[in-house]
Amino acid sequence: MVENMAARLQDVVVQRRGKTILGPVNHEMAPDGCTIVIGPNGAGKTTLLKTLHGVERLSQGQVDWGVPEHVARQQQAYVFQSPIMLRRSVRQNLIFPLSLAGKGRAEANDRVTYWATKIGLAKMLDQPAPRLSGGEKQKLALARALIRDPAVLFLDEPCANLDGRSIREIESLLLDVQRSGTRIIMTTHDLGQARRLAGDVLFLLRGQINDYGSAQTFFAAPSSPEAVAFLNGDIVE
Amino acid sequence: MTDIWSGLQAAFWLLVTFDRDLVEITLRSLQVSLSALVIASIIALPLGTWLAIRRFRFRRAVIAVLNALMGLPPVVVGLIVYLLLSRSGPFGVLGLLFTPTAMIIAQVIIITPLIASITHQAMRELWAEYHDLLISLNTSNWQRIKTLIFDGRRALLTASLAGFGRAIGEVGAIMIVGGNIDHATRVLTTAIALETGKGDFALALGLGFVLIGLALVVNFGIHVLSRTEREGRW
Repeated sequence: MVENMAARLQDVVVQRRGKTILGPVNHEMAPDGCTIVIGPNGAGKTTLLKTLHGVERLSQGQVDWGVPEHVARQQQAYVFQSPIMLRRSVRQNLIFPLSLAGKGRAEANDRVTYWATKIGLAKMLDQPAPRLSGGEKQKLALARALIRDPAVLFLDEPCANLDGRSIREIESLLLDVQRSGTRIIMTTHDLGQARRLAGDVLFLLRGQINDYGSAQTFFAAPSSPEAVAFLNGDIVE
Repeated sequence: MTDIWSGLQAAFWLLVTFDRDLVEITLRSLQVSLSALVIASIIALPLGTWLAIRRFRFRRAVIAVLNALMGLPPVVVGLIVYLLLSRSGPFGVLGLLFTPTAMIIAQVIIITPLIASITHQAMRELWAEYHDLLISLNTSNWQRIKTLIFDGRRALLTASLAGFGRAIGEVGAIMIVGGNIDHATRVLTTAIALETGKGDFALALGLGFVLIGLALVVNFGIHVLSRTEREGRW
């Protein structure tokens, strides 16, 4: 694992069909901890995550992880808002990223057993993944992302459409992961979840960083009026 | 009506007596069409998948051409392969004209666009589903193609079967490049054409029923095989 994967965004602009979706953004991401990205729909949260992950085509500017892009990407994992299940068994879904990385069969099996137990799907390893419930799919997607021990984990609303118990399980998993040194960058619509997990908070509005601060200062005293309104539950556009 | 009835009788007797000529012709039909199917699949499945995942400049043109080639007239393909393989043609030295190999070459040309086009249609959907994940996992193009072919294998089976159906029933091209030589290049379809020309409708019909039966058996067999696979449920 590469230590201290800090990203620097320089003049990043993402445009699609003449419309600016993100930017200009200049920001230096903290090297560790858990960053929560919040903001209304269409603020550019997903685009920001994809930009950091290096899978978004930039119109301007650059993202610098301090290492070449393919090295950085190898160290990262991304969990999508709606989990993408390969049309295979749960076991094959978990093995997939390992076999791409050329890991041996014995090691892969060990890791699969470990993670399947951890997310409570050990008994369902041979079931077809597309038949799992929503919560199980999301947990499987999370385990599949973590199985390569990424240095950075991106999560795009991992708990959207999930109920209390699944949310609690996923959050405790995320806290574990964070304790073991993985950098987490995550978007959410759930302000409660943001308060529970955040080390620092990025508030995005209309494609720009409207407010930024550590969780304590941001939630106690946000500096921009829009952030105040957003935290109060007002509709901010 | 009497023709069909006597055709059925002829087919029945040909089958129960294991007519040696019939067995030979049937096996050659299978050998030619299955060889063509395997070769065409090896080319067309990755090609169709590649067209689904890559964006390049002339992609739409290539796909349009491929779709148009699905309706390639076999007689014309036969003619062109004939000219290429004939003594005076560029590949004349190989001495392939009027051999089963020439027939396989012609059939590969006929069914590859068909299989590739159906593959492309099926893979486009799967790629839309897998796109984000495979990009995020930093996969190479070849890894993407392998993943899509493996997970889309049921749809690809349909594509291959469509190709096989076209190959086994095709007569125009193999007649020209094979020459319908007894004990050398005679297959079911060319034999039917010959017997019909001779006015021996009973034998022609008998061969026809064998051909239909063969196509059914192969399709059935492949479907049963793929369904008994555990993951075959998707």
